[in-house]
Amino acid sequence: MANILALIETTSTGGLKSSAAGLIGAAAQLGTPVAVLAATPGAGAASVAELGRLGAAKVYIAEGDGVGRVLTRPQLEALAGAVEAHGPAAVLVSNSNESRGVAGRLAVRVGGAVAAEAVGVRADGGRIIAVHSVFGGDYTTESTIEGGLPIITLRPGSIEERAEAAIPEVSTVTLVLAAGPAANIVELREAPAETGRPALRGAAKVVSGGRGLGAKDNFALVEQLADALGAAVGASRAAVDAGFVPQSHQVGQTGVAVSPQLYVALGISGAIQHRAGMQTSKTIVAINKDEDAPIFEVADFGIVGDVFTVVPQLVEAIKARQLAAV
Amino acid sequence: MKIVVLVKEVPDTYEARKLDSSGMLARTASELVPDEINERALESALRYQDAHKGTEVVVLSMGPESTVKTLRKMLSMGADSAVLVEDSSLAGADLVRTSAVLAAAVQREGFDLIVAGNESTDGRGGLVPAMVAEHLGLPLLPSLDTLEITAESVSGSCAIDGGTLVVNAALPAVVSVTERSAEARFPNFKGIMKAKKKPLAKISLADLGLSPEPGARSTVTAAVERPVRAAGTKIVDEGQAAQELADFLAANRLI
Ligand SMILES: Cc1cc2nc3c(=O)[nH]c(=O)nc-3n(C[C@H](O)[C@H](O)[C@H](O)COP(=O)(O)OP(=O)(O)OC[C@H]3O[C@@H](n4cnc5c(N)ncnc54)[C@H](O)[C@@H]3O)c2cc1C
Ligand SMILES: Nc1ncnc2c1ncn2[C@@H]1O[C@H](COP(=O)(O)O)[C@@H](O)[C@H]1O
Repeated sequence: MANILALIETTSTGGLKSSAAGLIGAAAQLGTPVAVLAATPGAGAASVAELGRLGAAKVYIAEGDGVGRVLTRPQLEALAGAVEAHGPAAVLVSNSNESRGVAGRLAVRVGGAVAAEAVGVRADGGRIIAVHSVFGGDYTTESTIEGGLPIITLRPGSIEERAEAAIPEVSTVTLVLAAGPAANIVELREAPAETGRPALRGAAKVVSGGRGLGAKDNFALVEQLADALGAAVGASRAAVDAGFVPQSHQVGQTGVAVSPQLYVALGISGAIQHRAGMQTSKTIVAINKDEDAPIFEVADFGIVGDVFTVVPQLVEAIKARQLAAV
Repeated sequence: MKIVVLVKEVPDTYEARKLDSSGMLARTASELVPDEINERALESALRYQDAHKGTEVVVLSMGPESTVKTLRKMLSMGADSAVLVEDSSLAGADLVRTSAVLAAAVQREGFDLIVAGNESTDGRGGLVPAMVAEHLGLPLLPSLDTLEITAESVSGSCAIDGGTLVVNAALPAVVSVTERSAEARFPNFKGIMKAKKKPLAKISLADLGLSPEPGARSTVTAAVERPVRAAGTKIVDEGQAAQELADFLAANRLI
């Protein structure tokens, strides 16, 4: 089977980011998964067991001082080295702020082409097909690459397939960054660890709040319902702009696209750009004062009402049922 | 200082957007407007210009003839001049092709700093800025929520999974900005009148010395529209709605 490279993302302490499982899982759909890792000197070996557990048949480690200090270039050199060493049929990279630039640069460097923001991949005879969700899920498209190395960026959290555990064959090389213009990492400010709530991407249930919550303190109402349901917390852009929650919670066109079993929209009008990030949810529930709010056009269950009245009652009703079920 | 802002014309996100059967954008189905993110990119450049007289701001786009309207809007906001790369052989150009053309065009124009949007609302690839940077052998500060420009350098912060990166680079460089960056100004009447007289150059692939045949490329092989979602039950709260919703969730095994 052909080698498929997966660029692994790491934390500041060298641990694997959560995107690794989906990248290796997608690589296994297409061929033999080869995990590619840029690490500080001596730090790569610590990840091998975990990469094997996630299904990497081979691990290519490039170690050098630039990792964590210089943006993009260490990962680009690691990936370019792995392309030479393993002659892959495709390269998979997370479409994240930190990694997608590596994909773009590699395409220019090796004369490949990119299929961007795929939500799935498959092999079709000799061709590699990338599946995309376009215009907020309004269309599903497929693309293929001709005349060069296929480089595919994957939407974070979109790949559910997982590879079978393997005992990887490891190669380690020294990473040398040529002198030249570079973007430098001055500092990494770690975000405070999330409370026990599920992450928004890939969550089975999401409760989102909008401008209708009125104030930052009131957003606790969204969190209370989320906790009662075991759901992740999302928000509209207006709620993010108002400072109710950090941007990482934004659902929509320019935020996270979610597709949970249950999506609850509280005090959200349902602007087309918000719907673009949640309209493929299995079941949609909306609570809004305005009976004409567009969110009701896509809601399976809509309540015309005040979130400050309905949500506390709903939390109680859910808790009562959960107690009764025990 | 000369700042080139990369601008893409996109279908308005306030309307339903359509693909045709070959997976290409149905250009007549919705109004085409400057991508909101590129108005923010221009705003970042204009703020530097406001504080530093003598700064030149150029807006550059690759697109069909209609893109002139988008560029005029950017001129009315305050850009000094505009360049449109327009060539019939560029219809349906993929990311590799687009970035090669944009890189050649900015090189021809000359610059100290290139400002782009982090990702376009129609493609969401977010790859063009990095590819342009690679063509030019320059650093890219990607997806900046905040941006500081000085005469010698650029710096800013970029949100990543697990935190925020603070990054910097010496000029010349490429940066891309997010929707958390500078909110764009509205063009005023004076700006709109002045924009009509500002230079807008149209250039072709031949002007850039590029050949019309693309090399490696990605092509769309299928496009399927999702069935329209039907609205379900809608009730008015008269004190009973929370209970009814709890019943609905239970019946659907969601609690
Ligand atoms: C390029 C572009 C990209 C965008 N990307 C996104 C995106 O990714 N995500 C996104 O969400 N938006 C996005 N937007 C913004 C979008 O157009 C809307 O402005 C935004 O979604 C509105 O958020 P909202 O529904 O919270 O606020 P509003 O539209 O102000 O709605 C608030 C709602 O709360 C209701 N309400 C008020 N008080 C109560 C109460 N006590 N009880 C119940 N209901 C109440 C009101 O009736 C109203 O319907 C984008 C816009 C553009 C141009
Ligand atoms: N055809 C184009 N003309 C000018 N700039 C573009 C074009 N395509 C992409 N860009 C720039 O690259 C950014 C990111 O686009 P993308 O990589 O397509 O998501 C956009 O916000 C623009 O700044």
